Order: sequence, then structure tokens, then C-alpha cells
Amino acid sequence: MRPAWSIIFFTSISGLGFGLAAWVVLGFIDLVHPQQIFGVGGLVMLLIGAGLLSSTLHLGHPERAWRALSQWRSSWLSREGVLAVLAMLALAGWGWHVFAIGTPPLWANTAAALLMAVTVYATSMIYASLKTVARWHHPLTPICYLMFAAAGGLLAILWLQAFLGQGQSDAFELAVLLALASAWGVKLVWWQIAGANGSGSTLASATGLAGLGEVRSIMPPHTSENYLQHEMGFVIARKHASRLRLIALGLGGILPCLLVIMDGGSAMGIGLALLLHMAGVFVERWLFFAEAKHTVSIYYGHQH
Amino acid sequence: MTSLPEPSAIKLGLVIDLDICVGCQACVVNCKEWNTSGYGAPLSDSDAYGAKPSGAWLNRVHAFEAGTGADAKVVHFPKSCLHCEDAPCVTVCPTGASFKRSEDGIVLVNEDWCIGCGLCAWSCPYGAREMDPAEGVMKKCTLCVDRIYNENLPSEDQVPACVRTCPTNARHYGDLGDPNSEVSLLVAARGGVDLMPEQNTKPVNKYLPPRPRRAANDTPMSLLAMADEATPSGFWKWVDSTLEKLG
Repeated sequence: MRPAWSIIFFTSISGLGFGLAAWVVLGFIDLVHPQQIFGVGGLVMLLIGAGLLSSTLHLGHPERAWRALSQWRSSWLSREGVLAVLAMLALAGWGWHVFAIGTPPLWANTAAALLMAVTVYATSMIYASLKTVARWHHPLTPICYLMFAAAGGLLAILWLQAFLGQGQSDAFELAVLLALASAWGVKLVWWQIAGANGSGSTLASATGLAGLGEVRSIMPPHTSENYLQHEMGFVIARKHASRLRLIALGLGGILPCLLVIMDGGSAMGIGLALLLHMAGVFVERWLFFAEAKHTVSIYYGHQH
Repeated sequence: MTSLPEPSAIKLGLVIDLDICVGCQACVVNCKEWNTSGYGAPLSDSDAYGAKPSGAWLNRVHAFEAGTGADAKVVHFPKSCLHCEDAPCVTVCPTGASFKRSEDGIVLVNEDWCIGCGLCAWSCPYGAREMDPAEGVMKKCTLCVDRIYNENLPSEDQVPACVRTCPTNARHYGDLGDPNSEVSLLVAARGGVDLMPEQNTKPVNKYLPPRPRRAANDTPMSLLAMADEATPSGFWKWVDSTLEKLG
């Protein structure tokens, strides 16, 4: 599948935003002064909003994007849109409550955090629900998205704690390291298991010619690349896949962990760890699309 | 509404005879011609006269080879929307632009609602949908909904453009929901198949596999053998025997 930059940016940045939002509403960062409430709230909104805006960039008609909120009964893309709007409203309401009244009750905070998680789940299901892309159509796909959102969010909390001069506990630092390690651990498993997932379709089943023996493509139906090949026949990544996976793991997992362990909790050090983590997630997300094979490529003679 | 309707009694669709198709591309061209001026925005091209021409087409003819050695067979393979009963392209649509008609099962795109996200094309295992490069909306086979119900056309033209133009009658159009329709009887007689049945999309369109051919060693008597066996008579008998004596 073609790795569109707008979609890579959308899934990684809003994933980080929703992850951070969940930990913020659960009280992992102390928001005392109005500047802190609006600063942190604004940062979260910026991350989520930038991601969502970016997702409209690849549309043929971005001005009609509002229509995507209507089909939540059947479409995961629509559900994602509706949930994202609800999540942003919940976050705004939460910020107002903290500012005007005080910390909301635990049930409200938990519900808001769950809403963030469900939104990330809906993002992942846009891809995981597609039977046509076998490696996406796997129960571990949503787990990967949720783990990266949670781990990125925790790392961002750690950075905010350092940035706002709040005390950091060793236990929390350990939790961040564990979250990063498990997110990449699940991803490694996903690469092994989901990556080997086949569509179950072959050129014989795609053409109904199984009775004649082995089927081969001898002539494409057009003389130059068409939409289907441009969109779903991306092959460049597979050549460098193993190297890119190492780069993703190094940037997004190993280096941030080392920085968190060695730096001793400076805002600069954790900030760098967060930037590196996001760079790693970008590479991971790029591979998520670029490595994926679509069943239509069977008609063009690719093996599945 | 992008939830699928209850399966309709009438299931309009195509039956494509892979035994007959010669890959002439006439259906492809007539499809483009009709649909560039019919339902929705024109089917545009990009770089049409340049080095890398591309564009939106609703029907494409692949060519495959099946079998090995003397039994290998070239099969021309037209591919367009199969108007699936469980159409994944309909349920993934976030706007309601992609829909399946409850009255006849035709899958269509409301181009005024389409945001051009491309998710329906991703969800289609067959590659039946293509984004229009100029209009930014998704294009697909409409089963020529603007022909088949158009009473201003002569009755023989009230069929999809690809069916009307096929010079070999490899394409058939009709109601596959009616077990006694001509197309249903044809599918039953020839063992028509679904494409990628394992994807569970329940396509309405059916493909008729090529008829079994005689084995390579069971070919008819060669022309040479026929000539050898022919016994000359009269003048030619005399020429024949005289030449034999000379030899």
C-alpha cells in the first residue's frame, strides 16, 4: 500500500495526542496554575487536531469531510471521526472543569481516558477491518496502535513532568521504560505473525481458472501505472524492510529508553527521547503501509 | 446509508464467458466512452498524450495463461465491479456516498457526497474502483444504470455498454436473482464461478470458465494424413501409377 505522508502523520501524531490525553485526565500530571491547564490542554489539542487535519489532506474533497461523521453504524473511518470529535469535546470539558471547579470525579476521568483509548482503537480498526490487506487484518493490529499511543503518551508525561519541574518518581520512569519495551515487543511479534498472514487468495481463485492448471499473468490491462498500482502496488519498502525495522526499533525504542535511563530526568534529555520515539513511530507507520500487500496485486501477478 | 440493504430479489449483473472473450478491448473502450458522458463526472485521464498516460477506467481486460505445455491456454479476462451482495466497499464508506440499491443490487457512488478518501478502493479485493484523477471522487461500474432503465433508447440498447458492444457475445447481462433467467441458466449450464469466493463478498457477476479442450494427443487427423489417404481415380490415377513406375 502507498505510504501517504498525511496518513502516517495522522495516525502517529493523533495517536500520541490521545495517549497523552488519557494519562493527563487520569491525573498523571499535576495541573495547578491556569497556564499549566491551558498549556498542557492546548498541546494535547494541537497534537490531536494536527493529526486530524492532516488526515483530510489526502482527500479528493476535504471540504466535504464533515460528511464522514454520518456512517458510524457501519464504517470504522466514520466511527473514528465521531469518536475523535467526542474525545476533543470531553477533553475541553475536562479542562474547563479543572479550571473552574477542580479535578473531576474518578469515574468521569476514567470514562474520558477510555474514550481516548476507544478512539485510538477506532483508528486502528480502519486498517484492521480490511480483509483485503492480510497483514493488517489481525487482532494484534489494534493492540500495536494502543500500545504505541500509551507508551508515547507516558513518555510525553515524563517530559512534561520534567519541563514543569514536577518531581519524577523512579517507579514512573520504570513504567515508561516498560511501556516502551512492551509496545516494541508487541510490534516485533506483529511483524513476525501478522506479517506472515496470507490473504488466502491466489491467482487461481481470483480468476476461477484453477481447473486449467497453474495460472500466470501474461499481459497487464494497461500500458502504464494506473490508480490501483499507484495506490496498492507499492513495492519499494520490501527490499529494505529488515533494515528499516531495525531503524524504527532503534529510534523509537532503544535510544529513548537509554536516554530515559541515563539522562536523569532533564527536560532536554526526555524531550529528545520523545522526538526520537516519534521518529521511530513514523518509520514504523511508514512500514505498516509500505510493506502491506493488497489482494488486487494478485491480478498483476504478485504472489500472496 | 452505507449499511447494506436486505438482499434484493432482483440481482442485476454480468456473466462473462472466458471461453469466448478474445481480448479485443472493445468493451473497455465503449465503457469509457459511455461513462465519460453519462452518470457523474467525466472519466478523466492524466497525461493522456505524454510518456505516462493514466486515467480512470471502469473495466479492464487482463490476460492470463493457464496450464502448461501444449495444454496451456491464453484467457482474456475482463474485470469490472461484481456488484457484490456483501459489498465491503459500501460498509467502509464514512459518508454514505457508496451504496447498494435495494431494488436491484447495483452498487453506486453518489459523487456529490464522496470525499475521495479511497477507503472503498482499499476494501475491494478485486480492484474494481478507481479514483478520478481530475474530479477527486471514486468511480466505478454503474452497470450502465443510465442505459438499462432508459426508455428513450431502443430496447436493444437498454443493456450495459460493454455488453452491447462485445463483438463475440462474451458478455451477458440479466437478473441473477431469478434462477430461471437466461443468465442464471447459462451460469448453471456452464458451471459459472465467483471470483475470490474466500473473500466472502458474494459477487453477483459470474465468470464462465473456458470449456474443456481436447487433449493435445487427441487432435483431428492432419491435413497431410487426409491427403495421403485420398485415393486418386481416373486421369490422376494413371498419372499417379505412371510416376510411381518412373520412381
